[in-house]
Amino acid sequence: MSKLDFDVPAKGGFSFDLCKRNDMLMKKGVQPPSYRKTGTTIVGLIFQDGVILGADTRATEGPIVCDKNCEKIHYMAPNIYCCGAGTAADTEAVTDMVSSQLQLHRYHTGRESRVITALTLLKSHLFNYQGYVQAALVLGGVDVTGPHLHTIYPHGSTDTLPFATMGSGSLAAMAVFESKYHEGLTRDEGIKLVTEAICSGIFNDLGSGSNVDVCVITKGHKEYLRNHLLPNPRSYVSAKGFSFSKKTEVLLTKVTPLKEKVEIIQAGEAMEE
Amino acid sequence: MEIDADAPHSMGTTIIGVTYNGGVVLGADSRTSTGVYVANRASDKITQLTDNVYVCRSGSAADSQIVSDYVRYFLHQHTIQLGQPATVKVAANLVRLLAYNNKNMLQTGLIVGGWDKYEGGKIYGIPLGGTIIEQPFAIGGSGSSYLYGFFDQAWKEGMTKDEAEQLVVKAVSLAIARDGASGGVVRTVIINSEGVTRNFYPGDKLPLWYEELEPQFSLLDIPSSPGPEPMNI
Repeated sequence: MSKLDFDVPAKGGFSFDLCKRNDMLMKKGVQPPSYRKTGTTIVGLIFQDGVILGADTRATEGPIVCDKNCEKIHYMAPNIYCCGAGTAADTEAVTDMVSSQLQLHRYHTGRESRVITALTLLKSHLFNYQGYVQAALVLGGVDVTGPHLHTIYPHGSTDTLPFATMGSGSLAAMAVFESKYHEGLTRDEGIKLVTEAICSGIFNDLGSGSNVDVCVITKGHKEYLRNHLLPNPRSYVSAKGFSFSKKTEVLLTKVTPLKEKVEIIQAGEAMEE
Repeated sequence: MEIDADAPHSMGTTIIGVTYNGGVVLGADSRTSTGVYVANRASDKITQLTDNVYVCRSGSAADSQIVSDYVRYFLHQHTIQLGQPATVKVAANLVRLLAYNNKNMLQTGLIVGGWDKYEGGKIYGIPLGGTIIEQPFAIGGSGSSYLYGFFDQAWKEGMTKDEAEQLVVKAVSLAIARDGASGGVVRTVIINSEGVTRNFYPGDKLPLWYEELEPQFSLLDIPSSPGPEPMNI
């Protein structure tokens, strides 16, 4: 390799050239820019008919909340969803990428995707990047072999568990699961337990907050309950409304309400092309 | 105490492999830690490579999982090409080749154990660096430090299957008692000519050692039971 332009990676993909220099600067005290992270509490559990995933909705940029209602439960396949904690860009990119790979695989094989396929694709990608892709994931789904729940760590290791939590609020959520989880939960018990665990993260962890998202996956059916619970309503709206300073004469008042974003509660077939 | 959730997932671990007359017994604890947080208290560190060869994993969880996945794949191809089950020696050497040739990047110690019709039960230890050493028994992981003296005294040639398994369970539970990075349950895998048997010993069924208390199941029991004796200096 003779003269290489350091700005452009030779064959695409991540260039590790600057990592040593970044480490050296950090040792000298130069702070790197803070990433937009999903501080996060994400959980998953297996109940009698399938898998329930849950997540909070706060995205942080250092100490500031940059998104009060982001979506951390990502679509992977009609029967597989993945919660993501860590750097928001990394979780979005890696779940999008594997979701596309799974779709191509479905076309190739003519069969429904399996959770273990998504697991292998994610873990190989993360291992190849040696932990620099900071995505900690809770992957859950139901396929022909049954319900599955896995956790995937940024370095590429995976665990298969009946209940799992990840993110900065994982300790708070795990405490709830460890005391209340048992095998053979019904759908309502499972949703209640997941909501409790996420709330525990929302109220006790600074990196998690806002609302609770839940996703229930069973054989042949899924329900994406976006904003299933809103325990943090905006209660400080000023009653006086907007007013100009005294010297300004109001000639005309016209109020145009902003268009409300339509939330799809029952995702159903909407996710398919 | 700061919990570093970005610390690499490592298996503090105690892993053991012991030969007996007729096969091998592999044993391990079940704790996977991320810094000081226990990420998985019931992990399975004894992974299958083929029908008759298993491997105990220790060190970095990601590295050991990837190595065992590659070796399982190579062994599968090897079995097809050879036309018969792979020997334990071949499995261990494939692990060794990966561990040695990638020694700068991997941080995992493994114990390969199994049974084949040519050599019977065999244990191969493959520590950090990629040495391969065939041993009558092997120990590894952070908890193994506490077991060297124990094995020097307790291991003997020609044990029966039950003696060997009891030895492994006793050893793992002793290591769990002293090593903070090992804990949870004890899993064992017995491999011999008849096949493979997996056993599971929950943490509260293990024998209690010096200064360990009975498990308490009710908060109401704790105040009334006698506490540990104060230490004499």
